[in-house]
Amino acid sequence: MASHGGDGSPHVPAPTLWPVGFAVGIAVLLVGVVLGWLIVAIGAAIAALFGFLWIREVTRPVRSTEPVAAPEPEARPATRGRKAVPEPGEGEIVRFPRSKLLEGATLGLGVVIGGIVTLPILGPALVDPFVDQGTDDVDIGALDEFPENRFVITTFLLDPEQGEVSRRTAYVRNNGSLDGQPSFTILSSRCVHLGCPVQVNGLPLDEAAKTEQIDNTVVRRIPTAAAVGFGCPCHGGQYDAEGNRTAGPPVRALDRYEFKVRNGRLLLSKTYSVGSVEGTGSEAQIKKYDLMGPGQHVDGPEAVLYPIEPPGH
Amino acid sequence: MARPPATRKEQILYLALYPINWLEERSGLVGAVKYFLFRKVPGDISWGHTLGSATLTAFIVQVLTGSILAMYYKPDPDKAYESIRYITDDVTLGWLVRGMHRWGASVFIILMFLHMGRVFLYGAYKYPRELNWILGVLILALGMLEGFTGYLLPWDQTAYWATVVGINLQATGPFVGPFLANVLAGGAEIGSDTLARFYALHMLLIPGALFALIGLHLYLVIRLGVTSPPWSPNAAGRDRTEPTPQGREGLVAPGPRGGKAR
Repeated sequence: MASHGGDGSPHVPAPTLWPVGFAVGIAVLLVGVVLGWLIVAIGAAIAALFGFLWIREVTRPVRSTEPVAAPEPEARPATRGRKAVPEPGEGEIVRFPRSKLLEGATLGLGVVIGGIVTLPILGPALVDPFVDQGTDDVDIGALDEFPENRFVITTFLLDPEQGEVSRRTAYVRNNGSLDGQPSFTILSSRCVHLGCPVQVNGLPLDEAAKTEQIDNTVVRRIPTAAAVGFGCPCHGGQYDAEGNRTAGPPVRALDRYEFKVRNGRLLLSKTYSVGSVEGTGSEAQIKKYDLMGPGQHVDGPEAVLYPIEPPGH
Repeated sequence: MARPPATRKEQILYLALYPINWLEERSGLVGAVKYFLFRKVPGDISWGHTLGSATLTAFIVQVLTGSILAMYYKPDPDKAYESIRYITDDVTLGWLVRGMHRWGASVFIILMFLHMGRVFLYGAYKYPRELNWILGVLILALGMLEGFTGYLLPWDQTAYWATVVGINLQATGPFVGPFLANVLAGGAEIGSDTLARFYALHMLLIPGALFALIGLHLYLVIRLGVTSPPWSPNAAGRDRTEPTPQGREGLVAPGPRGGKAR
């Protein structure tokens, strides 16, 4: 064993090139995460090979110079201070004197008390962000405020208690009716890349904008001419009019709101995530998933990276 | 004083130094300050060796300007932007202090990287200074976190959406990412609690950790001494000496401490 005392000899391993190969393996593995599983396997194999060679190199002095039959001395005699109790001799039972018990008890008790006293901070710091995250249904106006087959840019307060900071935007399109039931396509403006607000690729009709006071909150509605899709200003993600990704970094289609109709008014309910949409308007077939955060895959092999979602995400 | 001051000059000196001697006798602080400041350093150090002190200076500037800004700032979603406007437009020299804090943040980060580069290129991270490199990396990470949490506080559109993107980046981390994002934002989405949470992190938690880590970093610098440049004829750490009976000498590369009574 190399000495770890302060005798001036740096105990560093000899220079070796194996870590370079190991690093190359890790790099290939990470590239493979983007390109495909085969590359991941190749990278893992390279890393494992060079990792093994590296460990073999580093442990060579230990393995060669120290025969197995030379165990370390189990205890070193104290060189300083006065012994509290004599060292136990051969075959004698190890004794734990009272001073040791008191020392341990004082330290242990201090740790226990300190731990119990500081435990409550975990509530506000870590637990509260997961508690009570749901929101109530939001009234966004009468049904006839939403003309058929065009998107209306609707902004509303998701949680009126929080105030303006909870203002959200939804793109609401009336699809007419399906089997006598009203049909709406309601897309969340939250980009599923990293959460910036997507904008309408089309002309908002500002002169037709309306503001309505509903339950102490203000709902704004701006109809659009023909919205052909949506684009995100942050990193260039593009979506078609059904919310399917057409270009850029997003990993799925735009999230959607469930809706209810009560007393002739349109209410926004839960938000859910969408893998992709086939068909358009009221005929659309939606691959629906529980709500996930932006940038998280809902389908495909990458979805296994996000097995459990915090509530209200 | 072993012997009462005899000459006039000695008497004056005794009176002048009395407060310092009084302090030293009761606290040993004067010796500690001397130990901290009057160290032996290699003769062939250069301006590159001042980057660590420059980083420390930048940090102190951040602490002072930040404390002043906190006297006027209100971490409330309805008031934050207005309080920043008040600092910039109405408080005497508020624009300057805010500007120093804002640009000083970048200076702090840049100096940390330059300092890190100097240490790397000079090989000053090698034995026995590996631990100080690790501490430095932790300080760098916390410094970046200070930048991230401070960026939200002006509460304008840039701040808001940059933080939305930052937290959602966090949320894309596999398995635990979504949970870390919730803890960071104080809920499923950025809301009224997020601003105060970032303010507390920016003001209290991270600076506290930074103080502790910088203290340890400096302690190791003093204990292990300053490294010579690679081209120095005196190889670093080679002139290791046993501590003298007076202790506290040979500080360029001190021997193990605690082995002998001082």
